[in-house]
Formats: sequence, C-alpha cells, structure tokens
Amino acid sequence: MAFEASPATPAMAIPSGSDGKPPSLGYNSFEPRALWNLILTLGLWAVAALGATPLLSVLYMLIVKGGARLNGELFTELPPAGFEMGGGIGNAIQGTLVTVAIASLISIPIALFAAIYLAELRPLSRISSVARFLAKVLTGFPSILAGVFVYAAVVLLMGSYSALAGGVALAVLMLPTITLTAEGAMHMVPQRMKDAAIGMGCTNTQVVWSVTLPTALPSIVTGIILAVARVAGESAPLLFTALFSNYWLRNITEPTASLSILIYNFSSMPFDNQIELAWAASLVLVMIVLGFNILSRFIGRPQV
Amino acid sequence: MTNASVLEKPTATAGAAIDCNIDKIYYGKFLAVRDSNIAIEKGKITGFIGPSGCGKSTVLRSLNRMNDLIKGFKLEGNVHFHGQEIYDKGVDPVVVRRHIGMVFQQPNPFSMSIFDNVAFGLKLNRFKGDVEERVQHALTRAALWDEVKDKLKASGLSLSGGQQQRLCIARAVATQPSVLLMDEPCSALDPIATRRVEELMLELKNDYTIALVTHNMQQARRVADITAFFSVDISQGGRTGHLVEVGPTDQIFDAPQEKLTKQYIGGEFS
Ligand SMILES: Nc1ncnc2c1ncn2[C@@H]1O[C@H](COP(=O)(O)OP(=O)(O)OP(=O)(O)O)[C@@H](O)[C@H]1O
Ligand SMILES: [Mg+2]
Repeated sequence: MAFEASPATPAMAIPSGSDGKPPSLGYNSFEPRALWNLILTLGLWAVAALGATPLLSVLYMLIVKGGARLNGELFTELPPAGFEMGGGIGNAIQGTLVTVAIASLISIPIALFAAIYLAELRPLSRISSVARFLAKVLTGFPSILAGVFVYAAVVLLMGSYSALAGGVALAVLMLPTITLTAEGAMHMVPQRMKDAAIGMGCTNTQVVWSVTLPTALPSIVTGIILAVARVAGESAPLLFTALFSNYWLRNITEPTASLSILIYNFSSMPFDNQIELAWAASLVLVMIVLGFNILSRFIGRPQV
Repeated sequence: MTNASVLEKPTATAGAAIDCNIDKIYYGKFLAVRDSNIAIEKGKITGFIGPSGCGKSTVLRSLNRMNDLIKGFKLEGNVHFHGQEIYDKGVDPVVVRRHIGMVFQQPNPFSMSIFDNVAFGLKLNRFKGDVEERVQHALTRAALWDEVKDKLKASGLSLSGGQQQRLCIARAVATQPSVLLMDEPCSALDPIATRRVEELMLELKNDYTIALVTHNMQQARRVADITAFFSVDISQGGRTGHLVEVGPTDQIFDAPQEKLTKQYIGGEFS
C-alpha cells in the first residue's frame, strides 16, 4: 500500500518527509522539547542533591564525631559514671535489641492475623472498615502517647518500669504499620492465583497458608523490617516504660537502657566522655536503622 | 423454544461423569442461565460453544462449585457427579473440587517453583507415593517436561504464557481428578501452543473426562466429541443464556437441528 504523504504545511514543526527527503530521525538538542528535558533533568538532580544534603551531612557528622569510639569496648562495656574515662554502651545496644525483639514478638503475630482477616476473611465487613480506619489513624499516632498509654496499662499494673513495658509500647507503634502493609501485600496477590488454589480443592485456610501468605511474604517481611527500623530509634515511648539503667539487662521485668534514651541522657551531660559516647551511640543506631532498610530492599525484591 | 433435551436424554444416563440439569442460575437478581441440561460423558471431550456472555463459563464453573465464591450466586436444578448431587447440603465443595479439576482461561501458576506448582495438589491431598515421579509424569503428559526438566527449581512465573498454561494443566492432572473443566485454555496461546494443548487434550481423554469451553469453533470441531451450543436471548429484556442444542460434534456442525445453531455455525450471528 502506498503511503499517502499529506501536503506539507510550512507551520509543521516535525519534518514530514513529503518534500522528497527522508524525515530526520536524529536527536536535535535545540528543539524546545529537548531543552525542556535537559532543564527538568538538571532541576531534578538539584532537588535530589538538596534532599540528600541533610542526610549525608548528618552521617558525616556522626562518623567524624562518633567514629573514634567505634571499637570493641563500645559494644562490651557498661556506660561510665560521672568522671570516669572509657566505658561503652553495651547495655544500651542490648536493651534496644531486646525491646525491639519483644515488640516484634507481640506485634507481628497480631498484625498478621489482623491482616489476614482484613484482606482475606472479611474484607468488606463493617468491623474491617472500622479496623482499617483505626489502623490508619494509629500510624500517625504520636509515639509519646503510646508511651503514656503503656505506662498506665502496664507499668502501673506491674509496679515497675521494664523492658517488657518498653516492648509493649513499641509494639503499639508497630502494629498498625505492619497490619496495613501486610494487608496491602496480600491484596496484591492476584485473584487468579487464589482461584487456582480454590480450584485445586483448597479450603480457605489452605488458600491463605499455602498461596496468599507465601506469595505476599517478601512484601510483608519488607513491611516488618521497616516497622522495626522505625521503632528502633524511638525514644519517647521508652521514657515512660523502659526508663533507663546503667547495668546489663538480666530480666525483662527490669528497666533497661536503650540507645535512644542513652543518647538523650548523655548528650546533655557536662562530661566530654559521655558526649563522645552519645555520638557513638547515634552512629550505632543509625547503622542499625540503615542496615534494616538495606535488608528490606534485598528481601523485597520481586522474585521471578 | 423446545430444548434439545429430547436429543441428549438417551446419552445422559449411559456413561455420564457429570449429569447437569440446570433450571436457573442467578447472580443476585440477574438470571444468567436457564434450562440447560447436559451430560458430560466419561472419557469424552464435551465442547461448549456460543457467543460471548451466553453463560458458558457460568455453567462450567457450576460443575465444580467454583461459583459458590461469587456473592449472590444461586443455582436451581441439580448437578450429579457419578450419581451424587453435588449441591446437596452434606456435600463439601472442597472435596468436589478435588475430584473435578479446573484449568482457567488465563494461565495462573503459583509464585513458587515449577516443581512445587505441580506437586501442590499432591501435598494438598497428602499423597503418599513418589511425588517426583508423579510430577515428572504430569509434566510429560502436559508436553512440558523436555522444556523444564533442567530448571524445575525456577519460578513457574518465569515461563512463557504458553508454558505457564501447560504448567497449569500439569498441575491439574497431577492429582488425577476424574473430570477436567477447561475454560478457554488456549485463548492466551499462539497457534502452535494451542495445537500442543489440543493434542494433549486428545491424549488425556483416555483417562479423563473433559469439559471444554472454547470461542474457537475450529477447536471444538478438532477436539470435541460432543458439542453443546449455548445462546443468549435478549428478547425478554434480560440477557439470559441457555443451551440450544447438544449432540455429536459432526452433527452440530454439519446437520444442526436448530435454526440458531445453523446461524451461529454459518457465521450469521449478530
Ligand atoms: N461474577 C458475576 N457476577 C454477576 N454476573 C456475572 C458474573 N459472572 C458472569 N456474570 C454474567 O453472567 C452472564 C454469563 O457470563 P459468562 O461469564 O458465563 O459468559 P461466557 O459465555 O463465559 O462469556 P465469554 O465467552 O465472554 O467468556 C453474563 O451476562 C455476565 O455478565
Ligand atoms: Mg467465559
């Protein structure tokens, strides 16, 4: 079929090729379109650099000020008293890991069951829409209020501050995030995969356990890790619950130190040694959070 | 309109794996299908043809209670599987589906390895025998073994569309259900893959009973022993599908009894 060239109109920006010459397909960098592209690309890089500046400068500061104390002692020693030299933040690292672990143990199962209910069992029921709404509200819940709530609910009841109470407070913060991301992840599992499972003769429970959950697992794990990374740096909810301690944690019913509270305490002390330790603790905390984030990127990769 | 029931009644009792007598199927208030009686005969391929929206999938999915999942679905009539009414109160739809397998229009492998996809149903049924042998057997039957034997650990989703569909067929036959329902299994496949799946169906029918929905009349002609033609009447305001005629494939294509069938086969359908 012959290609009918339309009569060339002089106003046309694109050379039509109707004058006998083949149309030019080369890149013309002075075309308005190309110029805009260049300007916007440069603008985007500038904004990205601007956005990364605070993060990079904080990291730089932490490495410069805290890096000097990054040695074995930091991880194995207890914090020093007043005028003492040396010492470490071992018990704070231990405390942070333990409270976060307790929080995970409490929140992950509850959140997963809630997510299964929301995504699979009764997605359209009234209780689900109310729960979903509350979870969304809770994700923006001021973290200090979680501390106050757990102070009233656990600390007063048990009669003392404890790592357990700290864990519960962090769990309150993790619960809605994990629930919502897990629900979203299960929602993303294509209906046809679930249909296939039902067609094979799966009960509802088997569909959830052997198809929906495994398929959604990478995204769910990503959500969990990000939630963990978020609460690992929280200090407000721990103020009223885990408090602080200068000793190793032996029992989860005792108060415990944590990195965030240690930073808060030591940074306001008049001793250089403690201030240096606060910097080192900040560096460790940032590295933990960063590590979790990087981990989540690896796990969250689509696995096809 | 006189139904074709007179025609198929004699065969209905002979070797029917599924004997389906649908009076009415509703989705909520919408009457989707009426008066469709078909016997899916043992060891044969029964093709369902008809214009889009005439309820072929609806009828097919009601044969293994896949429609139970759809809100508002209601069936009046009965469906007998080896003499048992599958819509009876005491019947567990999950068990029904283990005997009557299904292959869907879109390939839908699970996001797990090729091996696990095929072994899925075996694990589900707590199969005690040699799983590996069964998986290989199923993949061979689905004409996929040679293509995947070196990468059984790869994800089922990494296969091409046609391979995925054959994987789904392997998954369905691994548990050896007595009936296979196939809803347009070739609609996402190219002609070559379509031919392979058709050959596969012809081979499978020695051991299985197959009900096949297809849009492709040539396909029905090539593989179906018995063809059921569905149509939809829009006269009464609604769009209700119903069975027009069922019979041996040659007869439906060469000497249809009903005017509607003649028109559809002749391509005069609006
Ligand atoms: N889940 C559903 N809810 C409500 N109505 C439905 C549902 N599924 C199908 N229907 C309706 O039932 C009728 C028959 O649909 P069905 O999918 O069985 O047609 P079909 O013959 O398979 O068509 P096609 O050849 O296009 O696949 C249609 O009018 C359709 O709109
Ligand atoms: Mg259909």
